[in-house]
Amino acid sequence: MNLLIKNGRIIDPTQNLDQTCDLLIENGTIKEIGKNLVASAGVQSIDASGCYVTPGLIDMHVHLRDPGLEYKEDIVSGTKSAVAGGFTSLCCMPNTKPAIDNKAVASYIINKAKAEGFCNVFPVGAITQGSKGEALAEMGELKESGCVAVSDDGHPVKSSELMRRALQYANGIGIPLITHAEDLDLVGAGTMNEGFTSTELGLKGIPRVAEDIATSRDVLLAEYTGAPIHIAHVSTLGSVEIIRAAKARGVKVTCETAPHYFTLTDDAVRGYNTNAKMNPPLREAADVAAIKAGLKDGTIDCIATDHAPHHLDEKDVEFDVAMNGIVGLETSLPLSLKLVSDGVLTLAQLVEKMSSNPSKILSLERGILTVGAVADVTVIDPAMEWVVDADKLASKSKNSPFIGWKMQGAARCVIVAGKVVDSRS
Amino acid sequence: MSFRHKHIIALRDLSKDDIEQLLNTAESMRDINSREIKKVPTLRGKTIINLFYESSTRTRTSFEIAGKRLSADTVNIASSSSSATKGETLADTALNLLAMKPDIIVMRHAVSGSHYFLAEKVNCSIINAGDGTHEHPSQGLLDMLTIKDKFGRLDGLKVAIVGDITHSRVARSNIQGLTKLGSSIFLAGPPTMIPPGVERLGNVTVCATMKEAIQDADVVMMLRIQQERQGKTLMPNAREYSRYFGLNSQNLQYAKPDAMVMHPGPINRGVEMSSYVVDGNQSHILKQVENGVAVRMAMLYHVCGGTAVE
Repeated sequence: MNLLIKNGRIIDPTQNLDQTCDLLIENGTIKEIGKNLVASAGVQSIDASGCYVTPGLIDMHVHLRDPGLEYKEDIVSGTKSAVAGGFTSLCCMPNTKPAIDNKAVASYIINKAKAEGFCNVFPVGAITQGSKGEALAEMGELKESGCVAVSDDGHPVKSSELMRRALQYANGIGIPLITHAEDLDLVGAGTMNEGFTSTELGLKGIPRVAEDIATSRDVLLAEYTGAPIHIAHVSTLGSVEIIRAAKARGVKVTCETAPHYFTLTDDAVRGYNTNAKMNPPLREAADVAAIKAGLKDGTIDCIATDHAPHHLDEKDVEFDVAMNGIVGLETSLPLSLKLVSDGVLTLAQLVEKMSSNPSKILSLERGILTVGAVADVTVIDPAMEWVVDADKLASKSKNSPFIGWKMQGAARCVIVAGKVVDSRS
Repeated sequence: MSFRHKHIIALRDLSKDDIEQLLNTAESMRDINSREIKKVPTLRGKTIINLFYESSTRTRTSFEIAGKRLSADTVNIASSSSSATKGETLADTALNLLAMKPDIIVMRHAVSGSHYFLAEKVNCSIINAGDGTHEHPSQGLLDMLTIKDKFGRLDGLKVAIVGDITHSRVARSNIQGLTKLGSSIFLAGPPTMIPPGVERLGNVTVCATMKEAIQDADVVMMLRIQQERQGKTLMPNAREYSRYFGLNSQNLQYAKPDAMVMHPGPINRGVEMSSYVVDGNQSHILKQVENGVAVRMAMLYHVCGGTAVE
């Protein structure tokens, strides 16, 4: 099926493209971009008037839970959730059962995603065997089998020596390393951000310095080894400042934040709301402001969701017992578009953070709209209003703090390699 | 004036009027406790389940006696004998108990906020007998009643609270209640035991030393040092703690001459308080326990829809 997207505002920051015209897709690649293109026979025409036409969105931080935890999510439901949220590619984290620390698991995911998935799935392998933080995983074979990065997300590498060696080794192989930066001693048994709200609610706090120390350590190790490093889900003012300073002195550091960190504060925990419980935890207003400033000035390169599906049984419990994490794939786009309407980001910056930058950091060869490129395209209607309804989420899990929120903006049409995988009007 | 709350989970959720009403009712309940026949038919036919997931002697007994004096049927479930040890969730336990149609569940639970979770699951009243490090409203109310007994008022008093504020649900309930009624709170403890932002809870001052906190205080409230909660990083040992934050007859002299000394119990004699002070004439510790029954009678009475008692 060939497609002609008509009259959309086509945005590709990698080539400074921002103009209203047409985009023709043939045989899964972009054939032509220009004004007044005419659909020949057999070409499906899509009216994109009033819409943005962007390189397919990429979520570089997703937990697909497959294999092993399919009662929370699987490759089919997770990729369906992704395309419903406007994503054409996602990277899935290795904390599955078993972990993605070997070729067999990586291949299983890639093959299942190709056969049954709705979008591109790029697995992230483990840094250490079983993500146990003891011995390096087979990063070379992980890369060969299709992993685009390594990370021990959810299980921060505690040993500084091991992290140093992991950075050196990964750099030699040429696979990016993503760190979950938290000092687990300082996290302790904490369940939310440490501050006034935790004091009032009597919940054990996780101090911001738990993240800042780990960010500092990992940035310093990257600087010392000369290896690139990507910091996952930045949530604190301190981390933003550490990364900003590191970038200024030339450290090869990139980072991401998640929509909840620029949308919510730890006030969302009030009422002991387990759908506001995640790691790192929601912080305070000063942190939210710093995250926005970091996005604006380029300190923060990417917006990723840390989509973390959990079953109702794991969230509908006492606060301390509830699992960490929220689903995010289907709410990321409108929450991020709000940064544009609020004047925090330009539209081009938003596309960078949700597509071009993750592609560049992980060498995905996506995130671009040039003739000949793979036709991964998201058509975004910035005016579409909708309400987040748990029953309508494509994800198996409904653990979102945004249920019931009125949103503006949604993907009208999602195209993966020239094929429409999701559309709505 | 009627009491509009179905549950009593935290003094944070109650207004000044609510608290005053509970205390007034408790004062009238006290008459019952001093009669020869200590029983009234007020809650006859009501069923109260005392569901205790943490050990308790004082609070559980006090709630049980309070229920019985009001002629309610009371059933006690302790965690060791409950389904918790069989891996049943709190929600399932609650729904099963609910099927037996209780009117009130009085619960103690180790997780802060678990009563709000429970209240969403059941249609009976919930009373908090202590949740994690959040609140212990019946203790806060009985402390306030004891203070009111002595001074005849609860406004304009200087109340020192000394000890592990971070892990104290007693401190939180007293701070919430006493500041709503117009008293000022002065906290002291090792900085490892002072939670961030605690000043913002009300009229609260964090003091650098114990002396500063108890200087000219009307009330000195000492908290139990709970070795099970403090771990090994919050203080060197009981000996050093006692030296800087223990109450003894010497430092008690910094407080007003008629200052009252309180403790929620159980006491570690010789750690947070010397025995001279515990048993001394400024101690109101047993008075607190006595008032506990009346306060809990008032709580049970009001969540069952009881109106103001004349």
